[in-house]
Amino acid sequence: MTDRPVIELADVWKTFDTGGRPVEALQGVSLSVARNEFAAILGPSGCGKSTLLNMVAGFEAPTRGAVRFDGEPVCTPGPRRAVVFQEPALFPWYTVLDNITFGLRTRGLAPAAYRARVETIVEQVGLRGFESHYPAELSGGMKQRVGIARVLVMDPDVLLMDEPFGSLDAQTRAVMQELLLAVWERHQQTVLFVTHDIEEALLLADSVSVMTARPGRIKTRITVALPRPRALEVTTSPFFNELKREVLALIREESGRAAIEGARRG
Amino acid sequence: MAGAAPGGRAAVRRLVWPVMLPLAFLALWTVAVERHWVAEGIVPSPLQVAQSWYRWIFGTPTRSLSPYSGTWLAAVLYSSRRVLQGFLIAAAVGIPLGLFVGWNRLVARLVDPSIQLLRPVPITAWLPFAIAVFGIYDASALFLIGLGAFYPIVVNTTHGVRDTNLLLLRAARMMGAGERTILTRVVFRSALPSIFTGLRLGIGVAWTAVIVAEMIAVKSGLGYVLWDAYYVGRMDICVATMLSVGLLGFVSDRALQLLARLVLRWRTLEAHA
Repeated sequence: MTDRPVIELADVWKTFDTGGRPVEALQGVSLSVARNEFAAILGPSGCGKSTLLNMVAGFEAPTRGAVRFDGEPVCTPGPRRAVVFQEPALFPWYTVLDNITFGLRTRGLAPAAYRARVETIVEQVGLRGFESHYPAELSGGMKQRVGIARVLVMDPDVLLMDEPFGSLDAQTRAVMQELLLAVWERHQQTVLFVTHDIEEALLLADSVSVMTARPGRIKTRITVALPRPRALEVTTSPFFNELKREVLALIREESGRAAIEGARRG
Repeated sequence: MAGAAPGGRAAVRRLVWPVMLPLAFLALWTVAVERHWVAEGIVPSPLQVAQSWYRWIFGTPTRSLSPYSGTWLAAVLYSSRRVLQGFLIAAAVGIPLGLFVGWNRLVARLVDPSIQLLRPVPITAWLPFAIAVFGIYDASALFLIGLGAFYPIVVNTTHGVRDTNLLLLRAARMMGAGERTILTRVVFRSALPSIFTGLRLGIGVAWTAVIVAEMIAVKSGLGYVLWDAYYVGRMDICVATMLSVGLLGFVSDRALQLLARLVLRWRTLEAHA
């Protein structure tokens, strides 16, 4: 085991040019994620946390600074850095099974080589019996299960999750969080998880990096020393609430500052 | 009784409502001819058209005095074959070209201006050129039909490709898909509804083009019959030809629609979700 981080961002800046007016999305972000770490990035909407994830995925390039994966600079997207999007982004013309095996088929693997693995994961994420359905026939939660299954079957080095449960209702979200916890216990993949939900971040992650409002910077990194395996019940423990209070205070400070600055600008 | 009435009324509305206008038109047409409201000997009555059409289809070619007797199927087959060939050529060129133009900015810059410049030239304006280059042969007709059908196919394919959801492209890339896989398994599939729109428009243009081509550039098919019948004053045959072409256009469009529904099953599911 090396201590070299799997994901490393070194002083990353990102400026978007929207109609001639440059918008600073990220301002000198540095972050590293260790192997098998479940790292959450918590921040208000529009703070650039999705931009950060898109750069690790290789969808966007930093304006300045370096994004490294396994010591190598990230240039293009690839199957070792799998992404679960907020919108499930499934191929509507493929069945559930064909969506799940897309990455494997792309690699030119024969069905015999992956059938057992696919079956196991279909079972784990609770999609048994839905293999021949089309995405249009599934609920939001079921679609996102497909979104998770299709990246798990590729056995990626890291999972990049961009508010994957953001558009689900509260109950489905809770179910999916427990599902992700169970799946993570089994696979122990390195995860970079972006969210604006404090409880979600604390429940799932080993570390929570709190981001500031735009332009995004990382304010603090909190270690979540909750024992694993975790279940939803952990969110009612005193220690959990203490952590939550701590993060809330940080965020309140942040939104207060943003409101003042907004007022000053207005 | 009370429960059956609304259902029965719905059925009446579905079956009777659509045929009312055509029946009224036929009645007006018949009366107009019988009362000599229209120029005598020029506009035939619906009954005359029906009789001529029947003889044109089922008459025996050799014994009858009428030169059209029993030749309908041959004319239909000539025209249909030309439409099908021209249409297939247009699709075989238009779909791949549209994919590349929509996908690759460099190809778009190279090809798109030429397509857009040539597109406004009406297909009828190409006739003298086609005859001069290809002669009074099938090639002339195929050129006109193919060219006419090509434009809507290529333009709609291009639009479909450009409408591909960015998120789906990102999803494919992060799963390791290369350009070829993305083009065939994502972009093409995503553009298929648009492609079918192009194909349906294209086959419509193909029927227009085949009549024009056969009237002037070749000596067979429904377009040839139409022009020939006009020259010998057989307006009954002209009208029967018009109706035949309309019918064939309708059937080919329905066939494409059916094919689209089969291929795009996932889309009908989406509409019902």
